[in-house]
Amino acid sequence: MEVKNNNSEAIEHKLDVSVSPHIKDKATVQKVMLDVIIALIPAGFSGIYFFGIRSIYVILTCVIMSVISEWIMQIIMGVEVTVDDLSAVVTGILLAYCLPPSVPLWVAGIGAVTAIALVKNLFGGLGYNIFNPALAARAILVASWPVAMTLYIAPKMGSISLLDGIDGITSATPLTLIKESYNYLADTTNLDPEKIVQMKRNILDLGNKDLWLNLFTGVKGGSLGETSNLALLSGGCYLLIKKIIDWRVPVTFIGTVLIFSLVLGRNPVFNILSGGLFLGAFFMATDYVTSPVTPVGRLIFGVCCGLFVVLIRFYGGYPEGVCYSILIMNMLVPAIDKFTIPKTFGY
Amino acid sequence: MQTFRGGVHPPQSKYTKDKPVEKARLPKKVVIPLHQHAGCQAEPVVSAGDMVKTGQKIGESKAFISANVHSSITGRIESIKKGVSPIMRDGWCVNIEGDGTDEWFGSKETADVGKFSPEEIRQKIKDAGIVGLGGAGFPTHVKLCPPCDKKIDTVIINGSECEPYLTCDYRLMIEKSNEILEGLEIIKKAVGAEYGYIAVEDNKPDAAEKIKSVLKNKNDKVIVLKTKYPQGAEKQLIKAVLNREVPSCKLPLDAGVVVDNAGTAVAVRNAVLENIPLIERVITVCGSGISTGKNLLVRIGTSFRDVLEECGGLKKDVWKVIMGGPMMGLSQFSLDIPVIKGTSGILAMTLDERPVLQERNCIRCGRCIGVCPMSLMPNMLGLYSSRFMLEDGFKYNPQDCIECGSCAYVCPAKIPLVQLIRFIKGKKLEQMRKCKI
Ligand code: SF4
Ligand code: SF4
Repeated sequence: MEVKNNNSEAIEHKLDVSVSPHIKDKATVQKVMLDVIIALIPAGFSGIYFFGIRSIYVILTCVIMSVISEWIMQIIMGVEVTVDDLSAVVTGILLAYCLPPSVPLWVAGIGAVTAIALVKNLFGGLGYNIFNPALAARAILVASWPVAMTLYIAPKMGSISLLDGIDGITSATPLTLIKESYNYLADTTNLDPEKIVQMKRNILDLGNKDLWLNLFTGVKGGSLGETSNLALLSGGCYLLIKKIIDWRVPVTFIGTVLIFSLVLGRNPVFNILSGGLFLGAFFMATDYVTSPVTPVGRLIFGVCCGLFVVLIRFYGGYPEGVCYSILIMNMLVPAIDKFTIPKTFGY
Repeated sequence: MQTFRGGVHPPQSKYTKDKPVEKARLPKKVVIPLHQHAGCQAEPVVSAGDMVKTGQKIGESKAFISANVHSSITGRIESIKKGVSPIMRDGWCVNIEGDGTDEWFGSKETADVGKFSPEEIRQKIKDAGIVGLGGAGFPTHVKLCPPCDKKIDTVIINGSECEPYLTCDYRLMIEKSNEILEGLEIIKKAVGAEYGYIAVEDNKPDAAEKIKSVLKNKNDKVIVLKTKYPQGAEKQLIKAVLNREVPSCKLPLDAGVVVDNAGTAVAVRNAVLENIPLIERVITVCGSGISTGKNLLVRIGTSFRDVLEECGGLKKDVWKVIMGGPMMGLSQFSLDIPVIKGTSGILAMTLDERPVLQERNCIRCGRCIGVCPMSLMPNMLGLYSSRFMLEDGFKYNPQDCIECGSCAYVCPAKIPLVQLIRFIKGKKLEQMRKCKI
């Protein structure tokens, strides 16, 4: 008895007094980010498989430069260094995935520094940035080095050569091809009958199931990590199952593109499978910091992103609209949050 | 299955589920706070040196929202002095030195519900000093005095016990199901309600079955609810059982409902039918820091130290001792704290259970919004509270927060949301009161 008494006395001086709840969920920012990284791995492998070993260099450059710039920026700005939360790694990977595989490494590096230093840390760091860092950096790169940023190489499966890998033939992405076809046909001054037939065939081909399969698995030109919808979908499902992301954004985003393609008389399957739609819908539009926090807000956000993609793709100057649609919607997030405050219980 | 929106699923940890209620040793001395709940302190009616018997009144409620206090042992009043109670308020406490005889004051008589009018029932409950045994400890007779313009049609017995670890209500439902139903009939009679429900979470199917098997009144029903925290919060329970929403800043009786927890029903029954004042209660002693977890019937005023010792004492690396459950309980700094009427459990948690505490920026994941059972925006309330931007924060209805802790539980950034929201809630309530005057 005596011993026990001593024991409880000794403990008493160390008892922690703090407010409830005394137990907490195991989730931390770091674990959430780790899950996102895990979910991004399949898409990385598909990039390496289709575009060669060079993909690894691009990813590594982006990740390393992101982490270093986060670290340096936080020291310069005199705030707590939080590189260990892994959010810079996520940004690095996402940026790499939306660059063309042939991008010069220095361009990729500048992109990473821009994303972290400019778009993220200057706005106050994780939680305070307005724009998705990876997408904003990509937009800046496209404006600064348009040629390097739109030079796509054709996929050559499994050609894992240790060489540079840019030896692949440059090719248009499916979306560019289709955009050109529609533009050609719309312009009544183009009269080359052979070309008209060719363009019409391009558009008709969209109903081809083999093409769909290629688009789904990733045999197409495009950015490093966006081509394989299969890989992105499996990562996305992982995030949905682990409840890291909310179904609302990806479902409404992709659903809106599907429905509006249908309504506007374009091939809906082709439109959801091509371009960076899956990468954008599952990994970019769901970025916590730059998307709405309220459930209703997320629905609105997803639908509007989808609308902008359709508008840009069909009526805009670019073949691909995912990046810009999300960036545009990022700006509207504070307003969306404000107008979608849930109705409090009992009102 | 019936439930409410939001909520979380902490691990249930109901380790003491199969431990029948044991009677604790008679304490040698007790410290009985005269103030055990929101409301006013009871006035002492004894003085130092007096001899008291078990069940004798030692503190009387003078104000409306207050409750009588009775001696829980037989012995001599050693002193009446300031002391700490587990709810962190220092107030007057009656210290009683026991003589070991445990003689009862007055007679325990048995009676039948039919004998009493609603008025008499309320009086008996008031005399017995019964408060809600769920934790908040609101005086029960006050709850049973609805203003005459409010018609109460339903009484819900809260057997959901949604807090992890706690099993005292579960044991009562298994062991004292008849008493709970008798208590329900008494409460129904006191408020003139027609329907009675016993709400049990689906993780306690045997408790639900047990009560079902002894149900007699056809207006009473056992409702099985989804296991989810905070299922037992009054407003959430009413929503889940009846699909009625208690309006903001209103009470269950505004929705025509009275909610009492299972332990309270037993106490009510004992008070009305057997004249027994509230001098003991069942508590769950549990947690990784305890050698043998138990469900104990403990006299009010027994020190935590005595209770813990009876369960084999604390293990070495205890980190926190909590009164109540881990989600809403209060951590204690001393073991000399007495068990009070609202003590539903004593938990001892060891260091390895200590959660990650390092705080990060809000990453706007929205989880707190998804789980808030009151549909608030805890992230915004936390943000404005931490920046003292009170006026902005007031727009997000902090007064409706029930402090359940679900938001802080899920937050990956480990932001102490409950503390922050409690602060801004207090300010808002202050402002609301000022406006009313
Ligand atoms: S804001 Fe209040 S009511 Fe909502 S989850 Fe947090 S503590 Fe519970
Ligand atoms: S759960 Fe925490 S990190 Fe997530 S939105 Fe709420 S406060 Fe922010």
